[in-house]
Order: sequence, then C-alpha cells, then structure tokens
Amino acid sequence: MSFIVDRVIPALNDGLIMSLALIVPSSTIGFVLGVCTGVARVFGPRWLRSLGNAFTTLFRGVPLVVQLMILYFGLPNLGIYLEPYAASVIGFILCTGAYQSEYVRGALLSIKQGQIKAASALGFTRLQTILWIVAPQAARRALPGCGNEIIYLIKYSSLAYVISCIELTGEAKILVSRTFRPTEVYLAAGVYYLVMVSAATWILHKLEERFAVPGFCGAKK
Amino acid sequence: MTVSLSPVLSARHISVNLGGKQILDDVSIDVSPGELKVLIGPSGAGKSTFLQCLNFLIPPDTGIISLESHEIDAKNPRALSLYRRQVGMIFQDFNLFDHLTAVDNVAIALRKVAGLSRDEARRRAMAELDRVGLSQKSGLYPAELSGGQKQRVAIARALAMDPKVMLLDEPTSALDPELVGEVLAVIRDLAAGGMTMIMATHQMDFAQALATEILFMEQGRIIEQGSPAELLAPGSGTRTGDFCRRLLDAAPAAAKD
Ligand SMILES: Nc1ncnc2c1ncn2[C@@H]1O[C@H](COP(=O)(O)OP(=O)(O)OP(=O)(O)O)[C@@H](O)[C@H]1O
Ligand SMILES: [Mg+2]
Repeated sequence: MSFIVDRVIPALNDGLIMSLALIVPSSTIGFVLGVCTGVARVFGPRWLRSLGNAFTTLFRGVPLVVQLMILYFGLPNLGIYLEPYAASVIGFILCTGAYQSEYVRGALLSIKQGQIKAASALGFTRLQTILWIVAPQAARRALPGCGNEIIYLIKYSSLAYVISCIELTGEAKILVSRTFRPTEVYLAAGVYYLVMVSAATWILHKLEERFAVPGFCGAKK
Repeated sequence: MTVSLSPVLSARHISVNLGGKQILDDVSIDVSPGELKVLIGPSGAGKSTFLQCLNFLIPPDTGIISLESHEIDAKNPRALSLYRRQVGMIFQDFNLFDHLTAVDNVAIALRKVAGLSRDEARRRAMAELDRVGLSQKSGLYPAELSGGQKQRVAIARALAMDPKVMLLDEPTSALDPELVGEVLAVIRDLAAGGMTMIMATHQMDFAQALATEILFMEQGRIIEQGSPAELLAPGSGTRTGDFCRRLLDAAPAAAKD
C-alpha cells in the first residue's frame, strides 16, 4: 500500500498535470478549429470547402502516432524544431479538429432545407439564418459526437509519450522500468484515465440536458 | 364591391428553367388588395415553383416582380430582405424552427429582422398566437404540436411581420383530414379581414367559396383563369371544372370534410 501512496500517486499526479495541460488546450482549440472547418466545408466558397475537405481527409486518414512522429522527428529536416509538448498539442489540435469538423458538418447538413427557406422568406439574411436558425440546431446535433471526440482525445493523449512528452502514461512507464511492478502502476494509471473520462462524460451529459429540446437527440421524449 | 385599386403584388412574364427543363413559362399574376387568388392544377404543374419565385426563394430567370408598383431588385440583399418581410409565406410542411418554442418561432424574426426588443417581440408574438387560437400552446416546441397547430404557428409567424400579401403553398395537404378545418378557419378569418393572398390548394370547396379568382396551371403555364362561378359552373366545360370533378371522384371521402 505504501508503494502506491509513496511512489505511484506522486508520479502519476505529475503525469496527470501534464496530461491535463495537453487535453484542455487541445480539446478547446481543436473544437473551435472543428467548428470553423465544419462551417467552412458547408457554407464556404468553393476553394475553402475544398481546402477544408482536404484537411479533414488528411488528418483523419493518417494515424495520429504517425502525425506526431512527423511533427517531432520529421519537421527538423525542414528546419522546424518543436518541443515535445508543442508537437503533441499541435498534433492533437489538428487531429481532433478534423474529426470535430466531420460531426459539425453532418449536423449542419441535417438542418432541413425548409427551415432555411422559411427564414429567408421572413427576411433573414444568409448570415442571420446561419447564426440564429442553423447554428443553434447544429450545435445540439453535433454535441454528442463532439463530446465523444473529446473523450477519445483524453485517451489518445497517452500517445504523447511516444515523442517523449511525459504525461500520465509516460510517467507510469518510467516508474515501471524503475520498480518492475507493472500491475499496480498500470492499473493505477487506468483508474486515473477512467476518472478523467467519467468526469468529462458527466459534464457533457449536463450540457446535453441543459440544451435539450423536444424532438432533438438527447432530449427526453 | 368593385375595387379597382392598383395591385399589391404584380408578377409579369415569369419564366424558370431548372435542370434544362422549362418549369414556368411566361406566367403573370396581379393581386389587388383583399383578393384571394387560388392556384390549382395537377401535381408538377409548377404551383410551388411559382409561389417561391414570387419571393425569390427560387430566382426567376426572366420576369419582373413589383410590390405596390415598386419593382424589386433581388440582387440587392437589403431590398430583398425588406421585400420578403412584406410577403408572408406558408409552406406545405410548416417549416417551423425546431429549436424554438411556438412563441419564439413567432418572435425570432421580430427581434432579428424587424429589430424589436425581446419584450416587445414576445408581446407581439403572443398576440399573434392568440389570433390563431394558440396562446395556450406558446411554450411548446414544434415536436410537441399537432400538424394543424404547427401550421397555425407558421401563419402567426408570417402575420407578425405585417405582410402586405401572403403566399400559401398547399397549407393543408400535409394534415390529417380532421385537422384541415382548423387551419382553413384561420385562413378564412384572414380573408374576411381583408388580407391579400395567393394560395395553392386542392380544397375545392374552400376555393369555390372564397376565391376571387381561380388560376388553373398546367405544365408551367396558366391555362385558365376566372371567377369560381365562371370556371366551376356545371356544364361550363372548362379544364378547371373537369379537374375538380376528377378530384372529387378520386377522393369522395375527403370531399365531405
Ligand atoms: N430543383 C429542381 N430541378 C429540376 N426540376 C425541378 C426542381 N424543382 C421542381 N422541379 C420540377 O418542376 C415541376 C414543378 O414542380 P412544383 O413543385 O412547382 O409543382 P406543383 O404544381 O407544386 O406540384 P404539387 O401539386 O405536387 O405540389 C415538377 O415537374 C418538378 O419535378
Ligand atoms: Mg407543390
């Protein structure tokens, strides 16, 4: 027991702080990037739509580990040197943004054309229609998917240790190599992730409840 | 009552080609204040397309549309928005905003387009809901309303903008037969109150009783027009009369409503 209290918890707490420092900016900035990209892919001019589509295809198509390795080990060949932390955050933002944009795009496209016509017929401009009719509905439809993506991000943030950004998984791995007690250490690390994911799930659930509207997904019938 | 005022809404020589197909071919209409013009015709005749051309939801390829003798420049977004505010539109499938309650469906355009304050908009919206008999349902979302109630909210939403003319595209055809009456009653009240309207419908009893003129469309053209008395008189031999009789034969049960 004292092994857990004296060695495991302090090490994992350090790792937890680094994990949170990766997850919080990556998920928020990634979400904003996803919303912008999703909107651009639906409402943007032709060139912007193509750009958004290309971005999404690229970052959804290449495994995240490979993206991180390119950022950290590949870019120096082009004279760009990134700290492990910066490379991780950039990789996570780009990857999660690409996935988020897919949910946002789907949600935007699900808004019935008839409502857009009705808004135009009332005198709404295109921008007003997007702002007051399309966006509020799209946000509700995108919320479950975007929430799931944030939960994935919590878990795939563990990949940062591959490019020597020592977060929760990295700390656990180092501790195991010193103590040779993988069972306790990795189980404890698993509990840390489980707690983070549960907390995120609970917050997202509250958000969905707060914005629930009859007839939308997530709403009580 | 013989009024010969200048038309509220006038559309001249409207033509539309969609996907290489001539959907509207030189269609014109004039509506004077207080008139109710009814568009009838077989499915695919172009009634919906024509109504949507009248407020540029489908921009006509050629033709001129004027409101109270002012030609509308649809290229100018401000002018177009101002014009659309004055032309209410009712759709077959209601098109309420799903994320807003009944009262907010009516209030949102008052706030965002007409620039009313939140309180003013709400007060006005409640008054409009009251006018269509739905003040009790103001807090419900579209998913919680019946089809007839949804259509009445849609009518209240259009009326709130103080339109000079209303376009109604088969407002009752998506409704269960027992809900048609409540919506027609609201439209009847509007007509009695002097609202100028153009309505596509298959409700021939309604058209016969209230239309100032019936326009029969087929293949993108108006091929007959005249008062219900002229077109529907027994033995008149008109295409309109023919079409209506077939409509009644096809749905004898529905005709009793
Ligand atoms: N976007 C489009 N592209 C090509 N053809 C179209 C388009 N929209 C409508 N049409 C065609 O235009 C014709 C007229 O359609 P419209 O919906 O105006 O008819 P309608 O008289 O309202 O019929 P209904 O009684 O079924 O509502 C139809 O043949 C339809 O297939
Ligand atoms: Mg139609």
